Amino acid sequence: MILSVENVSLAFGGVRALQEVSFDVQEHEVRAIIGPNGAGKSSMLNVLNGVYHPQTGKIRFRGEEFTDMESHRAAAMGIARTFQNIALFKGMTVLDNIMTGRNLKMRCSFLHQALWLGPAKREELEHRRAVEEIIDFLEIQHIRKTPVGRLPYGLQKRVELGRALAAEPKLLLLDEPMAGMNLEEKQDMCRFILDVNEQFGTTIVLIEHDMGVVMDISNRVVVLDYGRKIADGTPEEVRNNQRVIDAYLGVAH
Amino acid sequence: MASAVPASFDTFPKLLMHHAQARGERPAIREKDLGIWQTWTWREFADEVRALACALAAEGLKRDGHVALVSDNRPRLYAAMCAVQCLGGVPVPLYQDAVAAEMAFPIQNAEIAMAFAEDQEQVDKLLEILPQCPTLARIYYDDPRGMRQYNQPQLKSYESLLAAGREAYQRDPRLVDAEIEKGKASDIAGMFFTSGTTGVAKGVVHTHASLLQPARIAAEMEGLGDEDVVLAYLPPAWIGQNIFSCAQAFVTGYCICCPESPETVITDMREIGPTYYFAPPRVLEALLTQVSIRMEDAGRLKRWLYAKFMKIANRVGGALLDGKPVSAAERLLYGLGDVLVYGPLRNVLGMSRVRVGYTAGEAIGPDLFKFYRSIGINLKQLYGSTETAVFVCVQPNGQVRSDTVGPAVPGVELRFSPERELLIRSPGLFREYYKNPQATHEAKDAEGWFHTGDAGFFDADHHVKIIDRVKDVGKLADGTLFAPKYLENKLKFFPYVKEAVCFGHLRDKVCAFINIDPEAIGNWAEKRNLPYAGYTDLASRDEVYDLVGGCIERVNADLAGEPEIANSQIQRFLILHKELEADDGELTRTRKVRRGFIGEKYRELVEALYAGRDSVHVEAQVRYEDGRTGTYSADLKIRDAKTFAPGAAQALRRAA
Repeated sequence: MILSVENVSLAFGGVRALQEVSFDVQEHEVRAIIGPNGAGKSSMLNVLNGVYHPQTGKIRFRGEEFTDMESHRAAAMGIARTFQNIALFKGMTVLDNIMTGRNLKMRCSFLHQALWLGPAKREELEHRRAVEEIIDFLEIQHIRKTPVGRLPYGLQKRVELGRALAAEPKLLLLDEPMAGMNLEEKQDMCRFILDVNEQFGTTIVLIEHDMGVVMDISNRVVVLDYGRKIADGTPEEVRNNQRVIDAYLGVAH
Repeated sequence: MASAVPASFDTFPKLLMHHAQARGERPAIREKDLGIWQTWTWREFADEVRALACALAAEGLKRDGHVALVSDNRPRLYAAMCAVQCLGGVPVPLYQDAVAAEMAFPIQNAEIAMAFAEDQEQVDKLLEILPQCPTLARIYYDDPRGMRQYNQPQLKSYESLLAAGREAYQRDPRLVDAEIEKGKASDIAGMFFTSGTTGVAKGVVHTHASLLQPARIAAEMEGLGDEDVVLAYLPPAWIGQNIFSCAQAFVTGYCICCPESPETVITDMREIGPTYYFAPPRVLEALLTQVSIRMEDAGRLKRWLYAKFMKIANRVGGALLDGKPVSAAERLLYGLGDVLVYGPLRNVLGMSRVRVGYTAGEAIGPDLFKFYRSIGINLKQLYGSTETAVFVCVQPNGQVRSDTVGPAVPGVELRFSPERELLIRSPGLFREYYKNPQATHEAKDAEGWFHTGDAGFFDADHHVKIIDRVKDVGKLADGTLFAPKYLENKLKFFPYVKEAVCFGHLRDKVCAFINIDPEAIGNWAEKRNLPYAGYTDLASRDEVYDLVGGCIERVNADLAGEPEIANSQIQRFLILHKELEADDGELTRTRKVRRGFIGEKYRELVEALYAGRDSVHVEAQVRYEDGRTGTYSADLKIRDAKTFAPGAAQALRRAA
């Protein structure tokens, strides 16, 4: 088990975003979090990488236990994420954006880097190689030097995935990686997610609305509704769960 | 330039080993990998080929055994190809973007037992057709990405094959050299499948001699040497790619460069700066469109400079390239333009170093052709086909024109049959269609003449002019040659004409249907404050008729200068009320006009043209995109076009 969440509750004033949510993530698995709008999915992700601090509950990541995580610490421990509404540096090139993902791996001092002294040069070459491998992996060679702001949405999403991968994460959190994509882009993205999972052995937690995608690529699914966990299991189990059907379709009062 | 390679090296593998000796440390192939250009020297290339050949021998490849290759341009593809040739095997490159079903026929036909595949995508296709292709026993894949879950017994990675080969080579280094020595120029060097758009695909069999000899002659003609650089970006299954990035590289020892991915070709080209370049007209057109679009967005000063200097280039650029006399003042202006506009432009296009550029495959618009030549790029036309190993006609420097494909290359004999079909006898002629003696017999007669199926004639300078496919060429009632596609292409070179359909077979004169280009003419109308309601309205305007009439007039003036077809000037025309559509069966899916079908469907219009009437009423059913049908009814005007007495148009043409 790489990650476990125990009885986490998060409230903003009177709004209870998460209530007593518990689940776990196995090493090397693709885990999906689904639920209707406002169910607390993004909040959950934000708790996991330390953007939000839950009032109660415990998170255990690779044997270490926290009540609340700090973002920088999450990153240092090997948790990387992408955002629902793309958070890239629009004016920077694809290459530079992905390079920022290597930030935590850079060891040389500011002075070394500014003067591009021996070790800094070696280090940069090493990082550039890592970044080029990601560019090759995501098949975005043709936009290497293009400013991100000029790219179509689907490609920006891919670049964001690239930046997260650059950190060589143990756990990758994807917040709606296929939102707003057309069918072909979705298929590409699915393939990349599965390839990341297979080739780098990265554990993946993803939020997604497209049920077809979720059922296809995830090993297990957590379902949230109004901040509570209402189901947890394989895609097949979740699909047939009456509470899930009710949450999505509504019930007669 | 390096000394010529002795002709005793008469097969691909022998040439490779020669280069590994003679210029071992010079670059043979470059590939951009992880953002950096990696170079394989001739020595490294030869080492890899030797090892691979050893491995293939161990895998059981026999002389004359066929090996399929499904890959984009990669050094390993070319290494594998040559390794197969070392053992006397026959490489069969297949189109990497073909769907699985299209690959089944070549593999069955050539009884292919081994295949090289670039990556997971290609492996998937080959595995899909495995049930139909029982002979296919081995698939070697290059890129291991995504292949971890595959455990089919046929699969083996290129890496492991190479490793086994290196070991085998250590044990017995003489095996490969002995096999290479056995190779003869008359052995089969490759098989190329024709696209099959005109019936069943045929495997065109070429020998070492028939690929290397034309390559050598053309390389000598253009003065290519081992300093030259080529970007290999077209599909390796196309014979031209094989000639430009294999045969000619092996003959001269020049370096070929593989782009990083199909999307990066333009960037890669700029980085590499090829000296020898081939592009079909559609690629050149796409490049020019990009330039035009970027110029529209440029600042006012730049736009002004561009317009100003392109005018000068248009006037003298081509003449300078051809070495014709140009006044000192014009030379000076052109030199200034070269610094300010043409040089930077060539640089953006990645053509700064291009010494020889070829285009072929379809008719090229004179303006498009002239654009590249006027900015100092030595673009020339050539003519050839899969069966003739590309080089049949090439325009020599100084004799370049947009409307011919040039005279025969040295060593090539040409003549025209009474039906005006071009017949070819050359050292580059294919040996046969694989397992298809009947087709071979039909294409190649007893005296060795290859029947191209293309119709044309020699012009006054003995340049070949290709006008149409033989089966589409007709005759006017007075016996004049009538080549509809030739006329239609001439019309379509005008931006205002989107499609044209010419009629005239067994008639007394040529008449044409015109489809205007709504975007170009719409733009033109807007600039003139000409209001219009839609396509049909625009198409019926007198102003538009005048415009189109002017285009036809210029075509007629051109035709009048060509005695063979001067009588096939377009005498009457009308502008169709609707755009020709593939959905209505008027165009093929590849957007070629279906002349016969259109003639039938619009028979009344055709009759009206020939009856000499001024207008014709049409009521036509149209099918909308959502599947509904409706009816159009309109009166189409018919106009006479100005024609010229043969020869008399020369003066006018010069004035224009």
